[in-house]
Amino acid sequence: MGEKKFDYFISGDKAKWEVVIGLEVHAQVLSKSKLFSSSSTKFGADPNTQVSLVDSGFPGMLPVINQFCIEQSIKTGLGLKAKINLYSVFDRKNYFYADLPQGYQISQYKNPIVGEGEVILDLPYGSKKVGIERLHLEQDAGKSIHDMDPENTFVDLNRSGVALMEIVSKPDLRSPEEVNFYIKKLRSIMRYLGTCDGNMQEGSLRADVNVSVRKIGDKKFGTRCEIKNVNSIKFMQAAIEYEANRQVDLLETGKNIDQETRLFDTKKNITRSMRSKENAHDYRYFPDPDLLPLKIDKSLISKLEKELPELPDEKKERFMKEHKLSSYEANILVSDKEISDFYEEVIKSCDKKLATNWITVELFAVLNKKNLNISQSPVSAKNLSSLIKMISSGKISGKIAKYVFEKMQVDNKDPNQIVEKESLIQQSDPKELEKIIVSVLLKNKDKVAQYKSGKEKLFGYFVGEVMKLSKGKANPQLVNQILKNNLK
Amino acid sequence: MSIDKDTVKHISKLAKISLDEKKISDLSKDLSSIMKFIEKLNKLNTDNITPLTSIINASLKSRIDEVNDGKIRDQILKNSPENNEEFFVVPKVID
Amino acid sequence: MSNISQLSLTKIVKGIKKKEFTSEEVTKVFIANSKKSKKLNTYITECFDEALISAKNFDKKKDYNGLLSGIPIAIKDLFCTKDIKTTAGSKILNNFIPTYESTVTKNLWSQGAFLLGKLNCDEFAMGSSNETSFFGNVINPYGEKIVPGGSSGGSASALAAELTPATIGTDTGGSIRQPASFTGTVGLKPTYGRCSRWGIVAFASSLDQAGPMTKNVEDCALLLQAMSSYDPKDSTSIDIKVENYSSKLTEKVKGLKIGIPKEYRVDDMPVEIDSLWKKGIDYLKDAGAVIKNISLPHTMYALPTYYIVAPAEASSNLARYDGVKYGHRAKGNNLIEMYENTRSEGFGNEVKRRILIGTYVLSSGYYDAYYLKAQKVRQLIKNDFDKSFTEVDAILTPSTPSSAFKIGDKTDDPISMYLNDIFTVPVNLSGLPAISVPAGYDKNNLPLGLQLIGKPFDEQTILNLSLAIEKRVNFKKNFKNWWC
Repeated sequence: MGEKKFDYFISGDKAKWEVVIGLEVHAQVLSKSKLFSSSSTKFGADPNTQVSLVDSGFPGMLPVINQFCIEQSIKTGLGLKAKINLYSVFDRKNYFYADLPQGYQISQYKNPIVGEGEVILDLPYGSKKVGIERLHLEQDAGKSIHDMDPENTFVDLNRSGVALMEIVSKPDLRSPEEVNFYIKKLRSIMRYLGTCDGNMQEGSLRADVNVSVRKIGDKKFGTRCEIKNVNSIKFMQAAIEYEANRQVDLLETGKNIDQETRLFDTKKNITRSMRSKENAHDYRYFPDPDLLPLKIDKSLISKLEKELPELPDEKKERFMKEHKLSSYEANILVSDKEISDFYEEVIKSCDKKLATNWITVELFAVLNKKNLNISQSPVSAKNLSSLIKMISSGKISGKIAKYVFEKMQVDNKDPNQIVEKESLIQQSDPKELEKIIVSVLLKNKDKVAQYKSGKEKLFGYFVGEVMKLSKGKANPQLVNQILKNNLK
Repeated sequence: MSIDKDTVKHISKLAKISLDEKKISDLSKDLSSIMKFIEKLNKLNTDNITPLTSIINASLKSRIDEVNDGKIRDQILKNSPENNEEFFVVPKVID
Repeated sequence: MSNISQLSLTKIVKGIKKKEFTSEEVTKVFIANSKKSKKLNTYITECFDEALISAKNFDKKKDYNGLLSGIPIAIKDLFCTKDIKTTAGSKILNNFIPTYESTVTKNLWSQGAFLLGKLNCDEFAMGSSNETSFFGNVINPYGEKIVPGGSSGGSASALAAELTPATIGTDTGGSIRQPASFTGTVGLKPTYGRCSRWGIVAFASSLDQAGPMTKNVEDCALLLQAMSSYDPKDSTSIDIKVENYSSKLTEKVKGLKIGIPKEYRVDDMPVEIDSLWKKGIDYLKDAGAVIKNISLPHTMYALPTYYIVAPAEASSNLARYDGVKYGHRAKGNNLIEMYENTRSEGFGNEVKRRILIGTYVLSSGYYDAYYLKAQKVRQLIKNDFDKSFTEVDAILTPSTPSSAFKIGDKTDDPISMYLNDIFTVPVNLSGLPAISVPAGYDKNNLPLGLQLIGKPFDEQTILNLSLAIEKRVNFKKNFKNWWC
């Protein structure tokens, strides 16, 4: 397949190094209410207005689990082709912080809800399986705001208690590029499932990045450092680059890597050690005595399995097979559920090849230029479909279609109306075309003579004149045909 | 297992309780005697016993995904030693 | 008029219904008694004015449909009461005013009762003598220098001294039953999951249970019914129908099999306790019960197990007291300092001891050796009971290894204090219901209680057996009011 080869290595002074990366992705579960309380999870509310007594850890408050969050985790596990554990336990992770009102986070330690699975990446140099270690459910913490007051920190608990799925990968990733593909794939799967909206700007998706290095050929893993709470793919990539090089430098000068937690400084583009000595957190995990172990019925898993939507990998295969798309085209169309939904809406009533081209080339050009995603497309799927139908039927030429497409972007106008209003219908009547062609040839007898004696380039000139005369509406294929006939 | 002063200091850091030297000394004594008492359990062989996971023989009850809580900021902040009508206010963290 | 406070809860409820006296009259009596009894130090917060208003309103509305219609009741200051200060006996909550009501107290109010005041208790329910409260010791009406037991010491003392017609407490390792035994009153710890824990300041989540504390068994049945309910807000609450314990209350216990566990006959068992136990056996035999010797082989490991599990859970439950959201906040130059000073200033010595032990046994490297081990032993202890209950219907033991001791006697040695709970703790570890019923006096004229342990959700059987004992003991209060 791809001729590209994997080539991300760090060339140190003394050796070539391989970078080993594992990600712990925190994905906010799409649900109306929180994991253990009934307050809202909506983003952007006024501070502390989506906080209940349970969320803020008042004396005597107790957790009650949200059934839907359980189901969302199972669905995500199924999307990761993972083992769903019928028995799992919620544990308390004990530590102190201003945005952790109970002084512990309810999480899962030794018995997570989902076990091993995998994600397949379509990399430029081939397909790669990335192992998933586990997925567990846990509470999100609130927000500490440090920059609103010089001496104080402000605490907003709106986010406290929102359900998170922590997805832990095996240390199978080997480059910042692979991390990009992995995050995007993970995000895509969850968006297809509707279990997480993957909105990194709103914090729905964050990751802790574990990085270590080893000499190429070494089987043992090096000491890893964890870079906490990175909230964009760009930052993850920059952090990995910096950290891997930092580690190589240390190792090549004979020093050891301290296993530690680090932060990515987005201003200086470096990773640095967390200053607080709480580095070695002793979380004192133990099963939460306010909750019972979670027992999942096999019938629930079967039910959710049946209800799963078609996932990106399956959809891609189907598009390639049924719609005869190339792997490249199919990849683009399935990369996001909204894109594949758009595509499938468009092709309901028009040609698939044209649809693929118009979406992946023309429409995407517009979206990229205006920095929009497909849900904000200025042209609806229905209208794009109508436009493509007109091209297929020969009603308008491809060139005119591009013009109409531009006009459609203003207020998502109906292309049929534009074509009618501006009389853009292609002239495809052979008799009429014959008339125009004949008149052009008559006006240009000298050029006709030149053409017949060898100046074949003049064909283009005649076509141009026909187009001018027909105000661009002449059907180009027919013009070619009829013009050839008349020039015999 | 006796609990020496350094251990007391370490645990008190984990538990976020500040202790002066006298307290540390007293606690070292007290905790050591409590641990000695607790260590009677070591006499018992529990190799093949499954630990108790719950006193209750029932399954975890769940609730429907509905929003019917929150929007009670006044109540939430009412008992707070320091707030500014919108946020809890605490001394800065050193990170 | 003052006779009203000598009546049982049941009689007062009936009396109000029959209009023999009004709720206002009843309330005034208990308020007067309470006001005269400050020496006992049973109250943390008095709600006398509000109670009088509630009583007057009740007399106007005359709604006699509740189980506790028109009854003023003081309760342990561990139950969050809406708009009324709730301190858990601690400095760290001494200014905390909940905006919510615990489920158990809500149940009481919905049965027609109203709040008389919040009663003193050991700090965060940690103690067996009510000597750890930030608000000072509670005194046992049986003697000026005598402890009432703990942690529900304020409740037990107020009840025995007739400052409240009945009360409720919480029991994590014996905190209802032991003070009941020390004050000659009845105290019942229901099956774990019978009463909701929502709104009760948590000590050890897998052990805590709220329960009734009353003058007699009949009252206990009534109050238990009023308190109990399934609560979907508490994931450890069990959805089993609440019986009408009162209507099913009977001393007809013929044929019931009573287990006598040999391991409860501890070394150095005081002779008086042993003979009390024997008397109890005789009473039940007389009532037609069948006595059976049983073995609970892991009994001796219960206290060490408890002193791992309870502190571990407590260390985590008390992490929320950090000065951020409510309660006491100390000064600090930064967040960590604020935490450390707040918790150092806010918690008393016993609480600090237990938090530190709890933190230690959960800490890295020690979890398996201590906490995990304790949970295994707990399973063994529970198995002992499960096995026994295939052979017997209830188990009879003494409630406490001694009568009430002197104030200050055991405060120097935590272990000697912990040993108070030797008979009560196994019950909490196994989640079973148990009741302490007054059964006699020791040579110092201090009360002694007998404990009956029942099968899960079989509170009825232990109530009935206690009634049979109560009728035969004919326990009479033998102290005079020395405090006013």
